[in-house]
Amino acid sequence: MKMTGAEAVIECLRQENVEVVFGYPGGAVLTLYDALYLAEYPHILPRHEQGAIHAADGYARVTGKVGVCIATSGPGATNLITGIATAYMDSSPVVAITGQVAVSLIGRDSFQEADIRGITTPITKHNYLVKDVKELPQVLKEAFYIARTGRPGPVLVDIAKDVFAAEIDFVYPQEVKLRGYNPIYEGDINSINEVYQELCQAKKPLFFVGGGLTLSNSSEIMRQIVSHTGIPVVSSLMGLGCIPDDNPHNYGMIGMHGTYAGNMATTETDLLLGIGVRFDDRVTGLLHEFAAKAKIVHFDIDPAEVNKNVHADIKVLGDLQWSLEKLLERVKERSNLEWQEQVAPWQQQLNNWKKEKPLTYNKNSEQVLPQMVIETVSEITRGEAIIVTDVGQHQMWTAQYYNFKHPRSFLTSGGLGTMGYGIPAALGAQVGAPDKKVICVCGDGGFMMNCQELMTIADLNLPVKIILLNNQVLGMVAQWQRKFYNHNYSHSSLKTKADFVKLSEAMGVPAVRLDKKEQLSEVLEKAITDEGPRLVEVCIPENEDVLPMVPAGARLDQMIMGG
Amino acid sequence: MKHTLAVLVENKPGVLTHISGLISRRAFNIESIAAGYTEEPDMTRITIVVEADDKYELEQVVNQLSKLIDVIKIIDLTGQDSVHRELALIKVKAIPENRTELIGIVEIFRAHIVDVNKETMIIELTGEEMKIDAMCELLKDYGIIEIVRTGKVAMCRGPKAAKEV
Ligand SMILES: Cc1ncc(C[n+]2csc(CCOP(=O)(O)OP(=O)(O)O)c2C)c(N)n1
Repeated sequence: MKMTGAEAVIECLRQENVEVVFGYPGGAVLTLYDALYLAEYPHILPRHEQGAIHAADGYARVTGKVGVCIATSGPGATNLITGIATAYMDSSPVVAITGQVAVSLIGRDSFQEADIRGITTPITKHNYLVKDVKELPQVLKEAFYIARTGRPGPVLVDIAKDVFAAEIDFVYPQEVKLRGYNPIYEGDINSINEVYQELCQAKKPLFFVGGGLTLSNSSEIMRQIVSHTGIPVVSSLMGLGCIPDDNPHNYGMIGMHGTYAGNMATTETDLLLGIGVRFDDRVTGLLHEFAAKAKIVHFDIDPAEVNKNVHADIKVLGDLQWSLEKLLERVKERSNLEWQEQVAPWQQQLNNWKKEKPLTYNKNSEQVLPQMVIETVSEITRGEAIIVTDVGQHQMWTAQYYNFKHPRSFLTSGGLGTMGYGIPAALGAQVGAPDKKVICVCGDGGFMMNCQELMTIADLNLPVKIILLNNQVLGMVAQWQRKFYNHNYSHSSLKTKADFVKLSEAMGVPAVRLDKKEQLSEVLEKAITDEGPRLVEVCIPENEDVLPMVPAGARLDQMIMGG
Repeated sequence: MKHTLAVLVENKPGVLTHISGLISRRAFNIESIAAGYTEEPDMTRITIVVEADDKYELEQVVNQLSKLIDVIKIIDLTGQDSVHRELALIKVKAIPENRTELIGIVEIFRAHIVDVNKETMIIELTGEEMKIDAMCELLKDYGIIEIVRTGKVAMCRGPKAAKEV
């Protein structure tokens, strides 16, 4: 069928079952926008390109489908960068389509020209520059395929302006053949057998699960392995929700702000099984002391993750769907009772740690404390909401005190730690999951980084609830200054004349301010159950710390405790 | 330890930037990198000599490079029976009284003189790295004006192509 390049892009989106795109128009994509208009293709207009890419990412994380965003050349494209890097670090499947100046103008520092392909090379799974309309269908087909398969990630397709107008005889390729890209879905069965042998002998085995479990949709298999064997589980920030927090074998998050029991278990384990994790420095603390008494097993689909940070004694490559299914088959060869007998003393040990030093804070405080807020939200939503956070102290309190039940219910910028992620990602998440309660927890710093998206949320009447924990400081920065920089609060104060409630209402999101402990449940309950978007500004003290805390570069068991 | 990697890549724009960007970002120690066309029009072969402290570092280099979509295959030629060559052009001062000596050196190394004028000559030498180093060392005494080296290329001995290994 004959059509223009712009129409071909839309046809590709249709073929890929893209329900909606998040985008922002401009010169280089005007032809594409004309085609979107004529096709009445579902499109959401965030108020900043960074909003568009985070929204596409939030949509992708909630649905597991590829999120799509569009931006124009030059500044439009460069505004995507933070969001692309965010998606890359957390392996989120996103396709970003950018306009480029016309082919004849490329390389001449033309108006609104930026080498976005060059710029995004280290932060994309792959990227393309399309200068010939004939390549367009093949490139888009590949882009979606690469974004969602193997270890997912963002792919950028930069399309020269004149390509949108050029004519093409459109055929959508049925399959993709890339000589250099063959994700390993099924690994080596011997590695599973080896792991099983080790498991049978271990006295203190520990599962350490991460975002790979969510990405591969294999949380359910993991749950079965855990409930059959009773082997304790800990999680990275990105793994929260994969195993329900109220599962008795789950000891929560490990790392810099991990639980005491989790970090102690990691220090003492004799067999650590990392499942879809990256062994990031926020998790390992002092690298060469990490799980120093343990044999390490690493399950991952990406061979480059194995032995990158932590050296693995056994590597299990392949899709976790495959490897965990195989492992489940093996562990079932022994009865529940047998496993129970083997790990009971170890479980006992973990339970003691947990009882000795649970997560805690000053529950008798007269002031509203952030931990109380998260616990209350957790009770009101019974763990059924989709929780999106920004980055900072509130992110860690949310990770610690919300009772997660489901995978894909906790969206946070883990790898890059991007302030400004929360609000637009919540927008995208709500679009992807219209029937779910989507709650964004953010701080007063990060809120301002993308608060323009309140307008988008209001105008689309998306029922996103924003809980703004206002401590009048860049809390996480201030905490480090308090602990490691002699209380020199260098430029971390956010005391302001601005009024967040008015700001929110001005953008069309009804808002309330909350500062009394007695009103906490009532106000939150109302905001969460009301229809439509709401913002609750909660006034919290400025000097509350996130604890426990492993200072950067310390051993995991060297935690500063709280409570 | 030094490793020689044969990296087969799609012959597409941007592939070299991808590879060199990745190498510098991940702080891998690269000694030389040489790229050129191959027997297949849509494939480029890049020979990379990398210095790796241990097997983990080498594994990381190979795995990270393999992750690039346009990288088709990587073969470690180190320890395999293979031919390693580099080409150098050396412009050296050649005053009349030194010429005979220089010609002698060129013959011993089985090099060629590819350009001569009143003051200088260009010597072309092909061989393993050590041989080129040795010749450059010898020529120093006569006054080297410039040196250009291609970086190493390498190929397995025997009937098979690297892509089939
Ligand atoms: C874009 C960006 N800039 C800077 C930082 C560094 N940073 C990490 S946490 C933080 C403070 C966040 O303050 P706020 O949003 O008020 O949240 P709080 O920590 O108080 O909960 C800063 C500045 C970052 N993570 N991202």
